[in-house]
Amino acid sequence: MVGVAQGEAWLDVSEDASSLMLRPQGDWIVRHAVAVDKALAAIDTIGRRTATFDLSHLRKLDTTGAWLIYRTGRTLERAGAAVTIAGATAPQATLLNAVAKGDRLAEERPHYNPFVNVVVRMGAALEEAGQTTRELVAFLGLILETLGKTVLNPLRMRATSTVYHMEQTGLNAVPIVSLISFLIGAVLAYQGAEQLKRFGGEIFTVNLVAVSFLREIGILLTAIMVAGRSGSAFTAQIGSMKLREEIDAMRTLGLDPMEVLVLPRVIALIVMVPILGFIGAMMGLFGGGLVVWLELGMSPQMYLVRLNEAVDIWDAGVAFIKAPVFGLLIAMIGCFEGMKVEGSAESVGQRTTASVVEGIFIVIVVDALFSIMFVKLGI
Amino acid sequence: MARDVVISVRGLRNQFGPQVVHDRLDLDIYSGEVLGIVGGSGTGKSVLLRTILGLNKPATGRIEIFGQARSEMTPAEEHAVERRWGVLFQDGALFSSLTVAQNIQVALKEHLHMPQHLMDEIAAVKIALVGLPPDAGPKFPSELSGGMRKRAGLARALVLDPEIVFLDEPTAGLDPIGASAFDELIKNLQATLGLTVFMVTHDLDSLYAICDRIAVLAEKRVLVTGTIEDMLTQEHPWIREYFHGPRGRAAMAAKTQPPRS
Repeated sequence: MVGVAQGEAWLDVSEDASSLMLRPQGDWIVRHAVAVDKALAAIDTIGRRTATFDLSHLRKLDTTGAWLIYRTGRTLERAGAAVTIAGATAPQATLLNAVAKGDRLAEERPHYNPFVNVVVRMGAALEEAGQTTRELVAFLGLILETLGKTVLNPLRMRATSTVYHMEQTGLNAVPIVSLISFLIGAVLAYQGAEQLKRFGGEIFTVNLVAVSFLREIGILLTAIMVAGRSGSAFTAQIGSMKLREEIDAMRTLGLDPMEVLVLPRVIALIVMVPILGFIGAMMGLFGGGLVVWLELGMSPQMYLVRLNEAVDIWDAGVAFIKAPVFGLLIAMIGCFEGMKVEGSAESVGQRTTASVVEGIFIVIVVDALFSIMFVKLGI
Repeated sequence: MARDVVISVRGLRNQFGPQVVHDRLDLDIYSGEVLGIVGGSGTGKSVLLRTILGLNKPATGRIEIFGQARSEMTPAEEHAVERRWGVLFQDGALFSSLTVAQNIQVALKEHLHMPQHLMDEIAAVKIALVGLPPDAGPKFPSELSGGMRKRAGLARALVLDPEIVFLDEPTAGLDPIGASAFDELIKNLQATLGLTVFMVTHDLDSLYAICDRIAVLAEKRVLVTGTIEDMLTQEHPWIREYFHGPRGRAAMAAKTQPPRS
């Protein structure tokens, strides 16, 4: 007799050349499964004519223990032995029958060559990118169509919702946009003054700050912050509504999610991004002026006069042409990614990330296109 | 039946702001029984469940689990207790980033450090036990129907073959065949393992089929406990309505008639 002691579960094995007697002892439960599995794996299953499990000494049996007994019995049977299970109480027998249903392992997942894997994933990503672009264009069309309908029939506009989103995305963003713009304006003036001093042109620091902030940096900074702050929020809001089937519920109630959810957000950003951009530009000029005053000793009055000479109306006008477009694009991508959420909470996270990355990306690309256009137009 | 108390609740009070959910609630859960908790909507059935599980801190009251007061447990002791029970949440509460098989294996991996082949086998057995098709294992929860998610959640709750199973509306969302198969499964497991089942349910068929004892939550406490026969003789209007209403009568008829074969 071989006693295989394994904690509180063990197996007594008595054997001769052709027969095998297995006596499980102790608690054959999941906590001891690793030990029991090892003990059972040590049994030589080849060449037995009969095998018997004697369960009469077993103290406790759970589904895992029953499975291990069943599995060993099956292996012995396949090796040509006649297997009997003796001494099982009625519930134990039920359990043994029950686990027999689990005798079917899930197929193994296919393994690919890692190089092939990389190519496959690149292809999939490329296809996905193309698909997303097409869908985005379609979504833009849908937004414009809904916008058009609303213009024709202004009573359909969700005023409360639009104002709410204006507050969330606009008013509440004023402090952070102001602070960042102010700081960047100050830094730009400081660094610019240092460089321009070298050839005595520090007076042009004003031009540097004014033109760059009014034309580019003010609105770009604002757009990037709105994309990070509000675009992501749109995705998360709409995405979790999608997960809880609220969007489907809306459709069945005859409400158009484009009209109820997307349009208020789009309008809010189209209106608020120019305003935020303007505030950002002013704060940047303020920061720049402060540095110019402290570093170069140029009085605020002088700064304003220089400012007036440095900029023409188109420097500010350019920003106001770009800003609503940026607002539209950020809102569009935020809502679009929200609508694409499906399945799990993880998807919300992925889509939110995608929304911010795509939002910032598209703002910068479109800003570059605008730059080229304005240069060609000479403004 | 052994009358060992595995969980006892004394003088429990739960309050959310001005709203008192439970007040001086007493309840005992005996080893090896199937206890059904019934009560109208908003009577705090789920809150009671969450309080016993330690997910909700009660305002006052003493909860003893396996003879040890919850409030006096060290974190290590709490973990030890948590390994002795399994919980099925209302919608399964599966981890959405893991497949069904991985969901089932979480506890095995965390607590028992099993080799992968053994975990795969155990997951396959549990998947079969709860009546899921074999190809459910590699699927993600979002690819399953509500009923299947529930079964997968049950498989996860049962993975450590716990002593106590908490079931929050287990048969809601299952078709009647699946629901009675589930009742049958609980019965079998209970007979083999001496499983104790704490079940929040509205399924009168389950109450008749497997519950040894029923506790009625009303008026912020456990109003009565007793067998289904005891319930039928109660005079409290809500209990009368519940067990003598049309559905109650149908379930009773199904129980008393010999099954057609």
